[in-house]
Amino acid sequence: MKISRKLFVLVLVVAMGLMLSATLVNAQDGTVIRIASQSPLSGGQSVVGTAIRNGTELAIMQLAGPLTELGYTVEFVPYDDQATADVGVSNAQLIVNDPAILAVVGHYNSGVAIPSSEVYNDNDLVMVSPANTGVNITDRGYATVNRICGRDDAQGAAGAQFAATLDGVESVYVLHDTTTYGQGVADFFSAEAEAQGLTVLGFEGTEETANFEGIIQPIIALEPDLVYFGGIYDRGGILISQLRTAGYTGVFLGPDGMDSSEFANIAGEAAIGTYYTTTGAPVTVFPEAAQFVEDYTAEFEMDPQPYAAQSYDVTGIIITAITQLIEENGTLPTRAEVAAAVRATTEYQGITGNYTFDDNGDPEMASYYIISVDSSDPALWGSNTILSTQMIPSPLAAMAMMEEMMPEATPGS
Amino acid sequence: MSSETLTPPQVPALDSPWRRLLDSFPVRYILYPVGQMVIFIAGAAGILTLLSVLLALLVPEPRPNIVLMDQIGKQLPGMIISGISIGFVYSMVALGYTLVYGVLKFINFAHSEIFMVGSVIGFEVMQRIEDVGFIQLWHPVALVVTIVGSAMIISGLLAVLIERVAYRPLRNAPRLVPLITAIGISFFLIDFVRAIEAITRNDFNLTYPTGDLSYLRTPIPMTFGETTVNVRITSIIIVLAAVIMLIILNYFVNGTKLGRGIRAVSQDRTTAGLMGINVNLMISITFFVGGALGGAAGALFGLNVGTVTPYVGFIPGLKAFTAAVLGGIGNVTGALLGGLTLGMVESFLNGVLVYFPALGQRYTDIFAFSVLILILIFRPSGLLGERVDEKV
Repeated sequence: MKISRKLFVLVLVVAMGLMLSATLVNAQDGTVIRIASQSPLSGGQSVVGTAIRNGTELAIMQLAGPLTELGYTVEFVPYDDQATADVGVSNAQLIVNDPAILAVVGHYNSGVAIPSSEVYNDNDLVMVSPANTGVNITDRGYATVNRICGRDDAQGAAGAQFAATLDGVESVYVLHDTTTYGQGVADFFSAEAEAQGLTVLGFEGTEETANFEGIIQPIIALEPDLVYFGGIYDRGGILISQLRTAGYTGVFLGPDGMDSSEFANIAGEAAIGTYYTTTGAPVTVFPEAAQFVEDYTAEFEMDPQPYAAQSYDVTGIIITAITQLIEENGTLPTRAEVAAAVRATTEYQGITGNYTFDDNGDPEMASYYIISVDSSDPALWGSNTILSTQMIPSPLAAMAMMEEMMPEATPGS
Repeated sequence: MSSETLTPPQVPALDSPWRRLLDSFPVRYILYPVGQMVIFIAGAAGILTLLSVLLALLVPEPRPNIVLMDQIGKQLPGMIISGISIGFVYSMVALGYTLVYGVLKFINFAHSEIFMVGSVIGFEVMQRIEDVGFIQLWHPVALVVTIVGSAMIISGLLAVLIERVAYRPLRNAPRLVPLITAIGISFFLIDFVRAIEAITRNDFNLTYPTGDLSYLRTPIPMTFGETTVNVRITSIIIVLAAVIMLIILNYFVNGTKLGRGIRAVSQDRTTAGLMGINVNLMISITFFVGGALGGAAGALFGLNVGTVTPYVGFIPGLKAFTAAVLGGIGNVTGALLGGLTLGMVESFLNGVLVYFPALGQRYTDIFAFSVLILILIFRPSGLLGERVDEKV
């Protein structure tokens, strides 16, 4: 009895080992190209994370044609980073150890993307992000790290400038979720708010995920005209709902983390009349994206969430770069070559815009939108009103433009 | 559980009318425990108010244009109310830790996930009712009782099942072994619920469908002097439900035969067995009661905060465990006192720390746990605990 039990466990362990090794065997005949995605597929932020995965998958299905014609198979491997840095990093280790993976689409959270991209960068693996707005993503100057969305320095400032234009808003209270992304964008917001002459009544970080009742007591007592939450919709939705029931009547503003129909689902009636800034507009803005919306809805039986279309474009950029390299060299490119080719992307015409990367991997021009939530119905999220749109160049592009405009106007330097 | 409970010590019956009144049912099982709760709340609120006023006198203006005393004056009712409502949630969860510690002398770390399951069941039941329609036609009390009741029953049964599967086979193993299975069960429950919700709803943010129920969403404005506080109905429900359940628990433990059996098992399991008490049954009942309280706390918490996830149990579970230790683990009154104290301390720190530029609310937990360490240095067995030789 005892022995048979031990034997059983042994057999089980061996069987599991075999299964594991079977999955690790790569189709290493040199004609398989894999593109990975990393985004939160489970947990409170899975709605947007799943959209990033689906957008990538759809792009591979639709745009991999040129590579297939050249005799290559393009496979898609989605990873779930659970919006957690250590999960992201351990996935990154798995990803870099699969030699067939030539590029990564992701992440959603800047706090996950930064440590994970350290791993990619050590292995020359290119990452292109559809959604990471944290400034440190690209400010590290890595050759492998790119994004097609805007930056939080511009986004936070745009939010504060918008707040200053609102009638009756003189004081703001800033709350953030202590993540790289949330705290970063809240910092930029509050700096610009002060520059705009608004009083910042408080700047607080909290890791609370559900019960904000204690945290909002000082907000109620300070009576700010506007509350800014630097964070993601899964907490922002709960926060505004609890603020409203506690009697807060002022304005609520958030960054692109609020941009998901889940925000309306969680906050309910409290969502109506809130504002958010974003760098990825609803797909309805882009005339070229109509076909994408149709295909996406047909394929996945749900409406595309924010950043789904951007993920589609990111994948398009990657596939274009790889195709170009294979056409030039006739062989499968190395990861470093892919990274260089992606960075060299100029004037890629995607469904959400025209993308050219600067030397840091930022898009030279990014759009920033200010959007107001009109309905508590998640299905109507896509038709929220866009109040304003700004095009802001990346810091490097802005510097280049300055130099171009006034070449001899720098006598001091 | 120690012999010290919510009930006054039984004195040999002196045949005076005063004594007979003290021993009568309503006094022993309703007035006395409720009085105790009121004293705890008033005491904690009083001490904390005093401390914050003292702070306001020491540092009148921590930040330009912020007069601390005025802010405290404005926030005081709100802080006390939010402290009470979260405090009762902690207390109810802490009772689960303490009851199990009482009978088995080990910490059931899966209890935070029983709380989480309770909150998810509460959501599922309410969502089903909403799906059928006519949720507005339900009587508010019937609705809350249905939601909380189903969460209680399912969480209670789950706790019994966990005990049967993960703890009973290890009852004679070293104390650390069931601790590890408890952590394992905890992970299992999180991922199990996550998988179920992923398959059935493809969503992890489970929002209680209170949209059509204006009575749950409309707060009651209460005026205290110059300030008006919007008290949420759900906070009141938490307090009412908790008080009712604690009264029932107190009667069950101290006034019934089963309760006496549980107390006997907690004092000496072997001897209790020899006296003809079904030890396994008593342990199962203890798990059921603890699990049911945790499940009820979960559903009430879910109703209050609006949205729950499979991860929601971790922080309240940790805080409730802290509360149980603070009050003296194994002691039922201690769990109540610990939970209320912790909830209040947290609420006051959240309200006051915000005005100190170098600190802020993120230091709330650090200060709250420093208080815990201080108390445990001077009273290692907790506020009301007795010295027990072996602890986990």
